[in-house]
Amino acid sequence: MELIVGLFMQGLQMMLVLLVAPALVGLVRKVHARLLMRRGPSIFQPYRDLLRLTRKEALVAKNASWLFRVAPYLIFSSVWVASALVPTFATGLIFNWLADILAIVALLATARFAMALAGMDVGTSFGGLGSSREMTISSLAEPAMLMIVFTIALVAGTTQLSAIAGFMAHQPVGLRVSLGLALVSLVIVAVAENARIPVDNPATHLELTMIHEAMVLEYSGRHLALIEAAAATKLLLYMSLIICLFFPFGVATAEGALGAQFAGIVIWLVKLSIGALLLAFGETVVAKMRLFRVAEFLGVALVLGLLSMIFLFVLKGL
Amino acid sequence: MQGFNVDTSHFLAGAVLVCSFALLYQARLFALLNVFAVQSMMLALAVGWQAHVQQAGHLYITAALALVMKGMIIPGALRRIVQNMKIHRTIETVVSVNLAMLAGVGLTILSIMVVFPIARMAGGLAREDLAFALTIILIGMLVMITRRNAISQIIGFMSLENGLILAATGAKGMPLVVEVSVASSVLIAFFVFGIFIFRIREHFDSVDVDQLSAKRGDVE
Amino acid sequence: MTSLAFALILIVPVAGMVLLALISSYRIGAWLNVALSATAFAGSCLLFAVPMQTDTFFLVDSFNIYLVALNTLVGFTTSIFSASYIAHELEQETLTRGYLRFYHALYQAMMTAMSFALLSNNLGLMWVGIEVATLSTVVMVGIYRTAQAIEAAWKYFILGSVGIALAFFGTILLYLAAEQVLGEGAAALTWSLLVNDAAKFDPALLSLAFVFLLAGYGTKVGLAPLHAWLPDAHAEGPTPISAVLSGLLLNVALYAVLRIKMIMAGNAGAIPPGPIMMFMGLSSLIFAAIMLYRRRDIKRLFAYSSIEHMGIITFAFGMGGPLANFAGLLHMTMHSLTKSGIFFAVGHIAQAKRTQKLAGITGLAKSHPVLAWSLGIGVIAIAGVPPFGVFTSEFLVVTTTFVRQPILAGLLALGILIAFGALLMRLQQVLFGEPQGPSHKVSASSLPVLLHMGLVLLAGLWLPQILVDWFQQVARLLG
Repeated sequence: MELIVGLFMQGLQMMLVLLVAPALVGLVRKVHARLLMRRGPSIFQPYRDLLRLTRKEALVAKNASWLFRVAPYLIFSSVWVASALVPTFATGLIFNWLADILAIVALLATARFAMALAGMDVGTSFGGLGSSREMTISSLAEPAMLMIVFTIALVAGTTQLSAIAGFMAHQPVGLRVSLGLALVSLVIVAVAENARIPVDNPATHLELTMIHEAMVLEYSGRHLALIEAAAATKLLLYMSLIICLFFPFGVATAEGALGAQFAGIVIWLVKLSIGALLLAFGETVVAKMRLFRVAEFLGVALVLGLLSMIFLFVLKGL
Repeated sequence: MQGFNVDTSHFLAGAVLVCSFALLYQARLFALLNVFAVQSMMLALAVGWQAHVQQAGHLYITAALALVMKGMIIPGALRRIVQNMKIHRTIETVVSVNLAMLAGVGLTILSIMVVFPIARMAGGLAREDLAFALTIILIGMLVMITRRNAISQIIGFMSLENGLILAATGAKGMPLVVEVSVASSVLIAFFVFGIFIFRIREHFDSVDVDQLSAKRGDVE
Repeated sequence: MTSLAFALILIVPVAGMVLLALISSYRIGAWLNVALSATAFAGSCLLFAVPMQTDTFFLVDSFNIYLVALNTLVGFTTSIFSASYIAHELEQETLTRGYLRFYHALYQAMMTAMSFALLSNNLGLMWVGIEVATLSTVVMVGIYRTAQAIEAAWKYFILGSVGIALAFFGTILLYLAAEQVLGEGAAALTWSLLVNDAAKFDPALLSLAFVFLLAGYGTKVGLAPLHAWLPDAHAEGPTPISAVLSGLLLNVALYAVLRIKMIMAGNAGAIPPGPIMMFMGLSSLIFAAIMLYRRRDIKRLFAYSSIEHMGIITFAFGMGGPLANFAGLLHMTMHSLTKSGIFFAVGHIAQAKRTQKLAGITGLAKSHPVLAWSLGIGVIAIAGVPPFGVFTSEFLVVTTTFVRQPILAGLLALGILIAFGALLMRLQQVLFGEPQGPSHKVSASSLPVLLHMGLVLLAGLWLPQILVDWFQQVARLLG
């Protein structure tokens, strides 16, 4: 019986993650439009976009290899698995022993790798441009991410996400400098990885400013639908990660009562909405950076991550 | 409660330090001024917190002075000077930003290693706060070294002073000197740099100190 | 008696300073300046009659008494020199009247601040004194408002302020170290208490404090590599300021370093200050001696000579021991008198020839014999030729180093010889040959120069026993 309930909960999380993601993207767009005094598309528009794309024909270039066709599935599955592992409304779900931060980082790296290769596969200049820029950014964002991971792991004593969330929620962690710095660093990395302003404009199609968009320019139909869904899920993943690591109050445990789980879902949705609001607000207020400054921006993330680790490791108490 | 006090002092000192790093990052003069203003406000908060924890009333005056003078008046005055003199607003740096930031991290490690062997300190200032203050001072000097613009050198110097004030407020009971340091920073800031900035602009068309060095009386 | 002496040295000049800021006539201002400096000198002579004492804020012991006397003497003679020098500058319109009020007021501010620093028992107040003195000189260096003067003043301002800030941080660290033993408040910064209890302080904190204090005050002393402000400030500021900087401010900064060194010596666990000071002194000496060769400006030449001599003095004090300390103290005095005398002569020469460039100053022996003689004597004295006092102290330093560290003695002698060569070469170039360029009459009193050189000669020939005893006593104090 417990096994079935456990499986059900895990399955619920997997479906929830997939279903909520487009709504999250829609919410961000809506708030952004409202802040710009426009009415903006409906929150559920991304669902309609995805459905439309799946019904269309997937055009593939004549010189595309097998990688081009396989990549969207690979990307989608990696990102979906990764986001299914991050505790959203409850910790201690049945697959949580898989949910190691490093594993999640590796899954995301696989997705990014596949995406970059697919961008270069057809041989257009836009694809190559996008891939090289993406790799530059991630070569700076990865070390920063790892620094953050180490900091959190040193504080909580483990890299397993469920345990970390539990630790942060219940132990007296206090107002620590390291965690503050790690939070800022993670936000910067999240912005970079999700192709948000100020690193990349998700709504642009100008050569000068494209990174993520450039790589997917060749895709259409169901392939594009999969990639768009993966992008939305990735955004959800990062937000859930930030919530789980730094603001985990209200998270239920898998053994708890059903009511607590339900409350956990509601709380999680509320936190996501707040995150979407902040993201939209940030995107409205800040301008996109020149590509040359992006390296410096991510350098900041790296430095902050380094600092938080130094403080934690050396001073044993900060 | 003790833990919370200590945590908050560390947090605020860390915030001032992060502002120092942000100073290293800026490429535009106005952004530099803004970050400096934010740093001074963070300093005012940190000093105010120390005043509360140490029950030292005179530190509140220091905090207020840091907030008003360094957080508002001096950046405002500098901004007006930059606008009126049409000083070129992008700062040329001697080294790239990333290198400067890594150097900043190196300085942080250095100051932690230097402070580490100190066995114990009397109340008020913990070892960590001293390490923070020392790092802010060293990064202030780094800002001065890696900039070529006279105004950004002044900013670097004033952020160095911020680190000094942070260290001084932690030193419990140090007689007079907190007030003296604040007074001297105000004096330095207004009296001397005001004269110099105006005189520099009068004689040179820029405040680029590289051009300044060319005017040395003893050019080989 | 003590309070009278202190009043004459500290309070009267401050009151006079306020007056000076209000007086707009140059003549009256100049004479008031001289009178105030004379009062301060009289006060310092009075101090000799006063017993040694310490209280919370002030300290009168054998070390600082003679420095205060030296300070006020040179201040007095410089004010006489300054009176005629600046009058001439006014006539030539290189200076405008408007700023001169502040010049005299700042002069008194600087002198008072230096005496204050020398007499204070509280390290925080010592810092305040040195800082006020430095800031006054910064403003006075910039007084000519030419492009070069602004550059020099800016560089001096930046480097001086960084030095001040570092010294302040060092003072805070010292306070933190002392606080644990002596409790909070003024007691933890009182030098006399710190020296007694030095062994109980945390060695790591004390070492860190020393590093910062040395870096901060060492900038003011002009030790390489922290010397960058010195040549420009000397060259571009008015000559009385060069004289005061070289003769006095460098000494006061070194005094501060020595007081700190005395504290450090009491703690066995802290880093030994001696070798660091020796290293910095020796490198300053060699560096400055080599740099002397390429100078084209006469005031810069002597500025580097100041760096060189401060290097020798720092080296001597770093060595420690009764003989080296004695030599260092003697050298401090002799250098102060000689260098300020040289600057007096140089100032008038620059006015006579309307240039400071060495290329433009030749044939002085023919055109201005008195000035030529004074400069000649001064340069020979500073180069270390007997029978002047500088030779005595340099000889003492070299011999005692030779006994203890022969290799360093070789380097020391090498540096001194290099400097000797450069100075004599330039002197010959300046004094002999045919006079070129403008040649104006300079109606200046030669009294200050001759007084200084006379004292140096006297000290070289016959050092009064009372002075020898005094120096020996202080040398023992320095450890």
